Parts: sequence; structure tokens; C-alpha cells
Amino acid sequence: MGMASEQLIILAMLLPLVGAVLIVVFDKQPNLRDSLSVITSLALLATVLSLLPIVLAGDQPSVMLLEIAPGLPIKFELEPLGMLFACVAALLWPVNTLYSIGYMRGNNEQHQTRFYICFAIALCSTMGIAMAGNLLTLFICYEILTLSTYPLVTHKGDEAALKAGRVYLGILLSTSIGLFMLAILWTWYLTGTLDFKAGGILAGNVAGPELIILLFLYIYGIGKAALMPMHRWLPAAMVAPTPVSALLHAVAVVKAGVFSIVKIVVYIFGLDMLKLSAGADWILWLAGLTILIASMIALRQDNLKRRLAYSTISQLSYVILAVFILAPLSTVGAALHIAAHAFGKITLFFAAGSIYTAAHKTNISQLNGIGYRMPWTMTAFSIGAISMIGLPPTAGFLSKWYMLMGAFQEQQVIAVLVIIASTLLNAAYFIPIIYAAWIKQPDQDSGHGEAPWPIVIALMITASLTLALFFFPEVPLQLATSLTGVHP
Amino acid sequence: MIDTHLSLLIVVLPLLAAPLVAILPSGRFAWGVSSVVAAATFVLAWMQLVNVSTGNIISYELGGWAPPWGIEYRIDAANALVALIVAGIAAITLPYALRSVEQEIPTRQQPLFYSAFMLCLTGLLGITQTGDIFNVFVFLEISSLSTYALISLGRKRQALTAAYQYLIMGTIGATFFLIGVGLLYAMTGTLNMNDLSQRIPDLVEHRTIQTAFAFIMVGFALKLALFPLHLWLPNAYTYAPSVITVFLASTATKVAVYVMLRVIFTVFGFSVIEDTPTDELFLLLCVAGILIMSFYAINQRDSKRLLAYSSVAQIGYMMLGIGFGSMLGVTATLVHLFNHALMKGALFMAIGAIVYRIGSSRIDDFAGLGKQMPWTFAAIIIGGLSLIGVPGTAGFISKWYLVLAAMEQQNWLIVAVILIGSLMAIVYVWKIIEALYFNTATEQPHTAVKEAPLMLLIPTWVLVLANIYFGLNTELTVGTAETAVKLLLPGAN
Repeated sequence: MGMASEQLIILAMLLPLVGAVLIVVFDKQPNLRDSLSVITSLALLATVLSLLPIVLAGDQPSVMLLEIAPGLPIKFELEPLGMLFACVAALLWPVNTLYSIGYMRGNNEQHQTRFYICFAIALCSTMGIAMAGNLLTLFICYEILTLSTYPLVTHKGDEAALKAGRVYLGILLSTSIGLFMLAILWTWYLTGTLDFKAGGILAGNVAGPELIILLFLYIYGIGKAALMPMHRWLPAAMVAPTPVSALLHAVAVVKAGVFSIVKIVVYIFGLDMLKLSAGADWILWLAGLTILIASMIALRQDNLKRRLAYSTISQLSYVILAVFILAPLSTVGAALHIAAHAFGKITLFFAAGSIYTAAHKTNISQLNGIGYRMPWTMTAFSIGAISMIGLPPTAGFLSKWYMLMGAFQEQQVIAVLVIIASTLLNAAYFIPIIYAAWIKQPDQDSGHGEAPWPIVIALMITASLTLALFFFPEVPLQLATSLTGVHP
Repeated sequence: MIDTHLSLLIVVLPLLAAPLVAILPSGRFAWGVSSVVAAATFVLAWMQLVNVSTGNIISYELGGWAPPWGIEYRIDAANALVALIVAGIAAITLPYALRSVEQEIPTRQQPLFYSAFMLCLTGLLGITQTGDIFNVFVFLEISSLSTYALISLGRKRQALTAAYQYLIMGTIGATFFLIGVGLLYAMTGTLNMNDLSQRIPDLVEHRTIQTAFAFIMVGFALKLALFPLHLWLPNAYTYAPSVITVFLASTATKVAVYVMLRVIFTVFGFSVIEDTPTDELFLLLCVAGILIMSFYAINQRDSKRLLAYSSVAQIGYMMLGIGFGSMLGVTATLVHLFNHALMKGALFMAIGAIVYRIGSSRIDDFAGLGKQMPWTFAAIIIGGLSLIGVPGTAGFISKWYLVLAAMEQQNWLIVAVILIGSLMAIVYVWKIIEALYFNTATEQPHTAVKEAPLMLLIPTWVLVLANIYFGLNTELTVGTAETAVKLLLPGAN
């Protein structure tokens, strides 16, 4: 071990920023610039992975940056759930960088420097969220993530981007300032601390209707979790270039939302406290409704990215549903689903971008027979789709399995029914795409082939990760189980 | 020597500079002298704050005449903090002034401009330093009269009307204040605020004292533009020269809020308010001001006017803390007073930089300028985020203490109003940012526009960075405010 874990934590947040500076410096030499961004992303992966054994051994390394006011520090502390999230983001960043290079060049996008800088800041704040040691730090990073992704969403700079940007920022910023901040302040007012503690800090401090209101403030204040009706920013964000949709709006941003919710439920409320108070049942219903309604909306979308966006909304609520079953086993499922959905969904977005780059097609009705022109892309897409449905041998099966076990354990019939119904719906909106791509005859010959090689390599890697998580689940499973201290 | 006469020097230095600057032959000389004086005043104000930050009180007898017969300068953490922000903003505005004034003010008038600026600074610092309530009136008039002149120097003809409007309203306010002071003197026979605070409790039931209180409150509500007595403010801020808008928005209303604090808590004692419906009235006006003025701000097409309405709304936030009358509330008032000076200063400076380049502050004329003026644009973004109250900025600290103060009172309505106000701030701040960022209107692209000169950018960015610094380190702001509150509300726990 060369470096102390404290320095590694700081390094993990600094590396994306170092990358951003390098990009500015070497702006005029695209080849050098792009290779440097791949190298920094690999360095970040190495940094995060070197922290992994420490957390697996049961340590929670922490570092305090500064104290804003007495009792209100900005500090970072790495616990199992954060480690899992950090690993997922760090693992997918190099892949996404590779993909971005192919995509941005293939589509001749403008303002590439601004794009990479904002991307790097977004990554830095994602690492900050994963490693946040208290609610205040989490909140600061959460807001930086919102703001740094705004220029990415509005990248095209036209009227449509402006409108989408308004929805995006309008929902994310007003929920966080209006509700999330209030919830944090209230928590501080009740307990005098904002630290994440095993078993929660709110037990004995809040009960009855106040508890329900506080839960409401957290659940809807974290707009990034896209629980209906705060979900509209996510489809709006799809005007962004595909690498943004892939890494940020399938992984970093949305996962930051559900990650925050899981973290707050486990470390601020505490599972036992919520279970005893029975004040959280209504969230189960809301999550269930979001899963089903979003799936039904997804079913009716012809635009591929929009269908994926609604699928994401539905999949995010799986995590919320799982954690609010309030069983340790389903919490394991929730944690695993953060990883499983990330690998699967980024593959799907990569495939959508690949189709757009090679064939300039955005709609599902245009995809007939495309599997033979773009075999790699569509193979990866099929693997991702199977994972979304939750079938073996993919990662999606694993997380659903734990969710269902938890639901059975707690006799949560609604949760079981929702999971089954949505599995059918998922199949209903993904299988037709696979069918069209491989079985249907192409309408006309458009003469395109596969996408550029960086794109193909990137999506093959993520598809392999989706499979790998099913066959080698030990590390994520160990992290997820140590979250609640249960060993299945 | 400096140490003993510190508190006096802070006022006398700019006062002496004013006539000197007026007779200097050129604007550049006048600017140079003013800048040095403002910087020196800032250093002195800093030393003064260090002296009182532990809870000490400096009592300085003017001319060696013992109070209550002579004028006493009485400095505790509250004055020192306000004096620091006034002197600090002056010191940072003057470097900015050089280029901006050269463009906006005719050469012949420039020395007079700086002279009036020095007088205005004298007046504002005098109000914060003095412990004598009649002396407050004198300094108030010095600052007001010079302000009317400064506003009228704006480039557009409307500046004259704006100055005249402010002159009328300001004079009414000052007269009300003077009547109140006269009544107090008639009843107590003293003008020293410390002395008054000892005599008033026995007389508090007396109707004349209560009348005096009402006159003083209305007088200063006019000066600090408490809704609905704010009508002079939007025009004054919109049409004044850029530099003056920056200076006034960051200091003048802040000083008036300070006087309000001093009069309510030191001179009368909060019980005067508590026993009457005054505190409820304050809260009501604040709530109405925050909501209505934010709504007005959203509907403005001129960026300076938009920020002016936002200022009136922000004054509502500051007065909320006074309405609560709790330690936490007054802490929030002082903290927000300080932080708001930083954010509005930064924003008006950045807007001034745009005006310097394109000669207009209309939002429609900003289309796509963010690309040509990236540093100015970034300054507006960070200043705007601070105004909204995004964590990591000074504005967040203000909101934090305000909401906590409201929670402590179990006043959930006010909690909601504070947050709704923040949401409305998102809308009006983003209105400016969107205009700068997107270029959807194709009529006149600003291809020839360059980034603002460094002389404008550096002061702007000093304030922008201060917004971030005081968002991450609250030792100075919250620490001093807490010390001040202990002296202002000695009875509270």
C-alpha cells in the first residue's frame, strides 16, 4: 500500500478534475487530449480499486476537509454502499470515455472541450456523493452534479435544448433546494448531527405524522431518484449526446439519486426505526405505481432513447421499492440493483448511440433487421435487455432474486406482485426490439455497417460486465451484505 | 495612536478626502486618492473588528467630551461587522470604478463624482460607528444627499427622475426619523443610545415613547426599502451609474438594517415590539415582500431592475430575523446582511461589466454573450447560485440560519416562504443565465464583443470568490454575528 487511504479518497475526487485541466491544456491536439482522458479515467479506476480491499476488510476510511460551522464539516467516509457505487462509476468511466471519443468524433459534435470539462466535474461530484461522510457533503456534491450536467443536457444549444434544460434544472434544483435542503435542516434541528451512522440517527427523535412528512421531503427532495411525479426531467435529459445519457442519465446522476435514498434510509432513519413506526408503507405503493406506470409509458415510446429513459424511471423505483420493503435481504437487492442496472442500462444506451452513429436511426420502428448489419451492437443490446427483464445469466436476475427473497420474508405481497407484473412489462417492451432486429426483414437497404471501433469495444465491455456480475457476484455481494450486516 | 483613534479615523479619513478629491484636476487623480483612502479605511475597519470580535466594546469620546454630553462612538461586534462590509465593498468597488466611470461619467464631473462617493462612504460609516442617535441622523443625511447626486449622474435621463424620487422618499424617511429622535429627546433628555437604553424601560408605557418608536421605524423602513416602502429603490438601482448601483446595493440598505437592529434591540429593547403587534407586522411585511417582490423580479426585462426587485425581496429575509427577535433570528439577519452584500455586489459588478461592453442592461440584448464574456458569465452564475442559496456559497449559510431560526419558532409558514422565495430566485436568476448561454435570437450576434477589461473582472471575481469562501468558512460571519447578538440581546439565553 503506497498511499494512505485518506489520500486515495481525495485523489479519487481530484483525478477527474486533473483530467479536465489536461483537456483544457491540450485542447488543440485532439489525439493527445483523448488519450490523456482515457489515462486519467484508468487512473481513477486504479485508485478506487485500491480502496476496495480496505473496505472489504471492514474498515471505513474517512477524511475531513474543513468545518463550515461547528458540527457541520465537509467530510468523506467510505462505507460499503458508497464503495459499491464508486466502483460502478469508476469502472464505467473509462469505457464511457472510449465510447465518447468514437461518438463525439463520429458525429462531429461542437464544443467538445466544454463537454469534457463538465463531464469531469460531474464525475468528481459523483465520487463525492459516493464517499460523502455526512448529509451536508452529500448535498453539496448532489447540487454540483445537477449544475455540471446542465450544460451537457443543453449541449446542442437550440430551442429544444433550452426547453429540456428548463425542465431538467427546474425539477432537480427546485426539489433539492425546496425539499431536500429542508429535510436536511430539519434533521439537523432534531438531532444536532448530519453524520451517517449505522442504525440511523433519527430513532427516538421523530414519530407519527412528522416522520411521514420528513420521509416525503427526502423521497421527493431527491429528484434524481425520479419517483413519479418528479420524473419528467429524465426523459427531458435525453436531448443530450448519447455518452451523457449513457454514463450520467443511466448511471451517475440517477444512481446518485437512489443511492442517496438507500443511504438515508439505512444510515439516517435506520431500517428498524422505519419498520417499527410503519410510516413508510405509502412509499412502497408510490414506488410500485412508478414501476408499472413508467413501464406502460415505455411500451408506447417509439423513440429508442425515450423508451430507455422510461425504463430507467421504472428500474430506479425497483431500488426504492426494495429498500422500503425494509428487510435486510431486499436492501442487499437494492444495493446490487444499483450495480446491475448500471451495467445493463449503459449497454443499452451505448447500443442506441451506436445505431445513431452508424445508421442515423433513432426510432424503434426503423430497426427491422438491423441485427445483421450491426451484430456486435445488437448482441450487446440483447444482453442488456435480458438483464433489464431480469433473466439469468445476467446481473438483473441477481438483484431481483434478492428483492423477491426480502419481499417474501416480509410478506410484502404488493411488492411481489409489482415485481412480477413489471417483469412481464419489461419483456413486453424489450423483446419486440430484439425480435425486430434479428428476425424481421429489413425495409430497405441503407448500406451502413457497424459503428466505429471505440464504440463497439465499449459496448462489448459493458455487456460482458453485465454477464460477469451474474457469474462472479462475490465482491458486490459482500459489499451489499455488509451494508446491513446480514449474511444470506 | 492609530489604535486609540481607530474608530474616529474610519469616519474622518473619507470625510477629509472628500473636499481634497473635489479640487483635484483630473478624474484619475481623484480616483487614486479615493482608492487609497478606501483601502486604508478597510484596513482600519478590519483592525476594529479584530478588537471587538471577542465581545469587547470600544467607547470613544469625540473631542474628549464625556457622554452623554459629548458624542460617543460605541463599537461592538455588530457595528464592526457592518463597518467592515461597508469599507470592504468601497475598497473593492473603487478599483472597478476607474474604467466604468471613465466611460459613464463626463470627464469634468469625475472629481466631483469621487468626492460625492467619499462623502457617501463617510455618511454610511458614520452611521455604523456612532453611539449617538442624533449623530445617526446627521450621517444619514450626509450619505443620502451624496447618494441623490450620485444617482443623478447616470447616463440616461431617467436617472434624474430616479434621483428625484429617491430624494423625496428619502427626505420623508429622514424627517420621520428626526421627529422620532426629537420625541425621544423630549421624554428622556438624552441622545446617547446607551443612555437611552437605560431610561426608556421606565417610560415604555408612555405614549410619546411609542409614537417615537413608530416614527423611527417608518423612517428607517423607508430608507431600507422594506416592502411596501420600497418604491424608490428599483429606479434608483436601475438608472444609477454601474459603480453606484454596486455600492448602494451592497451597503446603503445594509446600514439601514443595522440601525433598525440597534434601535430595536439596544435603544428600545425587544419587549417594546413583543408587547405590540409590531413583530407580527414585520413578519407579515417580510413575507409579502419576499413573495411579491420575487414575483416582480421574475417579470422584469432589465437585468439591473430584476436584481433591484430581488434586493427588496432579500431585505424581507433580513428583517425576518428581527421579527423573530430570537438569538438565532438576529444572527441570521446579520449573516445575511453580510452575505447579501457579497452576492449582490458580485452580480451588479458582472452586469456592470456587460453594460460596459454592450451599453445595455436589457436581458434581451444579452443573447449568447456568455461565449464572448466567459469570465463575466461565470461570475454571474456563481453570484446567482449564491443568491439562490446553493450549498457551497455564502447564500446557503444565510438560508441555513434563516430556516433554522424559523424552525425554532415553529413557524412553518415562514419556513415555506423562505424556500418558495429561493425557488423564485432560481427562476429569475436563470432568466439571465439562459439569455447569456443560449443564442436562439439571431438578430444581432455579438461577434465583436470582447471579454470585460481586467480592471472590472478582478474586483468582480474577488467578490465571487468571497461568496465561495464565506460559504465554506463561517468563522468571521457567523462567529462575529453570534458575538454581536449576545450584546444586542443580553437577556436571551
